[in-house]
Amino acid sequence: MKPDTLIELSSKVRNDYKKAMNNVKRRVTVCAGTGCVANGSLRVVEALIAACEKHGSPASVSLAFENAEQTTLLLVAKSGCQGFCQMGPLVTILPDGILYTKVKPEDAEEIVASTLCKNVVVERLLYRDQANARMCHGTANIPFYALQKRKVLAACGVIDPENIKEYIAAGGYAAAHEAIHSMKPEAICKLVLEAGLRGRGGGGFPAGKKWELTRLAKGDKKYIICNGDEGDPGAFMDRSVMEGNPHSVVEGIMIAAKAIGAQQGVVYVRLEYPLAVKRMKHAVAEARAAGFLGKNAFGSDFSFDIDIMEGAGAFVCGEETAMIASIEGKRGMPEPKPPYPAENGLFSCPTVINNVETLASVPLIFNEGAEVFRSVGTQKSPGTKTFALTGHVVNTGLIEVPFGSTLRQIIFDIGGGVTGANGKIDPNGFKAVQIGGPSGACLTKKHLDMPLDFDSLKSIGAMVGSGGLVVMNQSTCMVSIAQYFMQFAQNESCGKCVTCREGTKQMLALLTDIVEGRGTKDTLEILKTTANVVAKASLCGLGKSAPNPVLSTMREFAEEYEEHIVNKTCPAGECKALSRPTILADKCIGCALCTKSCPVGAIVGQRKMPHTIDAALCINCRACISTCKLHAIV
Amino acid sequence: MDTSQSTPDKTRQFNAVFEVLKKNNNDKSRLIPILQEVQEVYRYLPPMVMSFIASSLGIPASRVYGVATFYSHFTLKPKGKHVIRVCDGTACHVKGSSEIATTLRAHLNLGPGENTTQDLLFTLETVSCLGACGLAPVMVVNDAVHGQISSAQACSIVDSLKKSEARHEA
Repeated sequence: MKPDTLIELSSKVRNDYKKAMNNVKRRVTVCAGTGCVANGSLRVVEALIAACEKHGSPASVSLAFENAEQTTLLLVAKSGCQGFCQMGPLVTILPDGILYTKVKPEDAEEIVASTLCKNVVVERLLYRDQANARMCHGTANIPFYALQKRKVLAACGVIDPENIKEYIAAGGYAAAHEAIHSMKPEAICKLVLEAGLRGRGGGGFPAGKKWELTRLAKGDKKYIICNGDEGDPGAFMDRSVMEGNPHSVVEGIMIAAKAIGAQQGVVYVRLEYPLAVKRMKHAVAEARAAGFLGKNAFGSDFSFDIDIMEGAGAFVCGEETAMIASIEGKRGMPEPKPPYPAENGLFSCPTVINNVETLASVPLIFNEGAEVFRSVGTQKSPGTKTFALTGHVVNTGLIEVPFGSTLRQIIFDIGGGVTGANGKIDPNGFKAVQIGGPSGACLTKKHLDMPLDFDSLKSIGAMVGSGGLVVMNQSTCMVSIAQYFMQFAQNESCGKCVTCREGTKQMLALLTDIVEGRGTKDTLEILKTTANVVAKASLCGLGKSAPNPVLSTMREFAEEYEEHIVNKTCPAGECKALSRPTILADKCIGCALCTKSCPVGAIVGQRKMPHTIDAALCINCRACISTCKLHAIV
Repeated sequence: MDTSQSTPDKTRQFNAVFEVLKKNNNDKSRLIPILQEVQEVYRYLPPMVMSFIASSLGIPASRVYGVATFYSHFTLKPKGKHVIRVCDGTACHVKGSSEIATTLRAHLNLGPGENTTQDLLFTLETVSCLGACGLAPVMVVNDAVHGQISSAQACSIVDSLKKSEARHEA
């Protein structure tokens, strides 16, 4: 390719796109993210195409760039994750701005016959606000979308992720072209540093500084690694970006490569994300075919290529040095730092490792400038952050908000409130929100109005992590949650450090004691001591932060631990070993079989009348449960 | 009598591994992708194959074994024809995924410590997060994601697979 062909190409692509779009009377976008595909969105696409055919207005499935003169009146396209996973499959109709939710293939006929042919909205498919039963026409009046600030996710769920031209038409690759052709590496690092971009993967280290260090490091060969090993349970932001807008990640990697002088990039993606792997591979192949990657990228003297590597299921590989070991074909075990990867990384060469979302934010900084990027968010944590909002909340899905937003805004305004045990809104249901996965902490009511950013979370013993937010209602037992995370850390501990390998095992045993009613006051003391040792003496982030969920729940829910230990009860009713059997009055016929089975005579009642269990006498042997033929004892 | 059908042909077995090694340029840093591709073929990593890979790449067999046992994706025991993965990520956990896993274990008659059914039809795994948290609780059967499932639905999905297998047999 000749030097300026991208500019020519993109202006041609953009013109073609404009022409093509002018011809498109309507664009029907069906979400094809993992969530919607699971709910059958691909069958919806087929049904829509068939219905269009039947109504005499055949639809195209991709924009006719090549022959822009061709009139395409109707376009049925797939997109990446639109975010509102719970309401999927989602169908957006433009320019009407209609969003249909929970669309089934059977609904395709009505959508085409009413909306596409007669401009009549199919009201039963619109989203209904649970709080006030108001019908919402489109994203603009759905609180879930209207209250977000989607920048990194702006194009996710709009453009076709498998068509590079749509990305170019939306201004894509202009930043990479500028960086590679007309910017010095130091200027790129300076710009990213000025924008204040901090690593979205957890620690929040300034990306520009990392790049500058690697740029200055001596070495003939340098690498850039994109960390897509999003292993935190409850987080799927990186998956959505890789699925919904893979080219933004590729472009970010290219800019980083130019900044540090890397010849090779590696995208390390979790094995559990097959669609993300497929879309990233496709995007890299498209970029290579367009001459953006490979020898003499964009016709410059800069040569750079990207490899995609699938992980093999080890959480610890999210840690920089463990990821490097994994790419080198070894057991993914962390190494002591320093030396940092910036000096001695992949194959002992200087290496930058950035998270997916961090890299996807880079083109944004180039396109809008550092000033505009900084204007959103807080002074020390500029920009926006994506969060995966899940658990006991009305609207679950992928969201993006400026740093400094509060949990109250996220859970109650965007999320629509907390759901109770019956799945309906419960105004008093909020108990805690877990942030940052197994490295994070449980935050409570008193944290609801705290602005969220890297530093505020750190100051209270939590961390952004990769951004999973799991909301929990009153029926969740905080001791079991701590046990759950400890089980996770114990499973995933690589075994290198004694404190992490043995410490997590002991902490898990101690927590299991509490959950199963064997805990004493000493248990808490030993737990606290062990937790502090593990946090201080482990090498990598996994061990260092593994005690966070335990320490934070012990701090915020001390009385719940007390209940388990002193009164041997679980206030949330979740710990089976601590719950006494109860007789369901509506099922019990008073046959008295259970009274005979009870070794302590705790069951009383008149014959042929519902019986009851005297909690003071019951020893929880559960003999009655297996005796009852009517399953009236639970 | 033609024995090639009843006894596995060893040279043909290793041919597949050979292809994979060649595709990856016999590069020892590509050990993980190599093992992934080989496991695709065998559904597990037989000891003989691991030794073969080690000598072809010029690395100790212990290193191959070390990698194969470190990552949870690799298995040294044959997996079932259908792999059921129940997600136990935080979001799925708080929405009751452990109950689904327990029910499925009982439904598949899996004993303690067993993950694969005797007839090698099903393997049940719990995984830490599938990243479909918006649909919690989630179960993945082969590559199909099933979201917002109940224990009863999980069992009926397994039953329909069993039925189609039985029909296939007949």
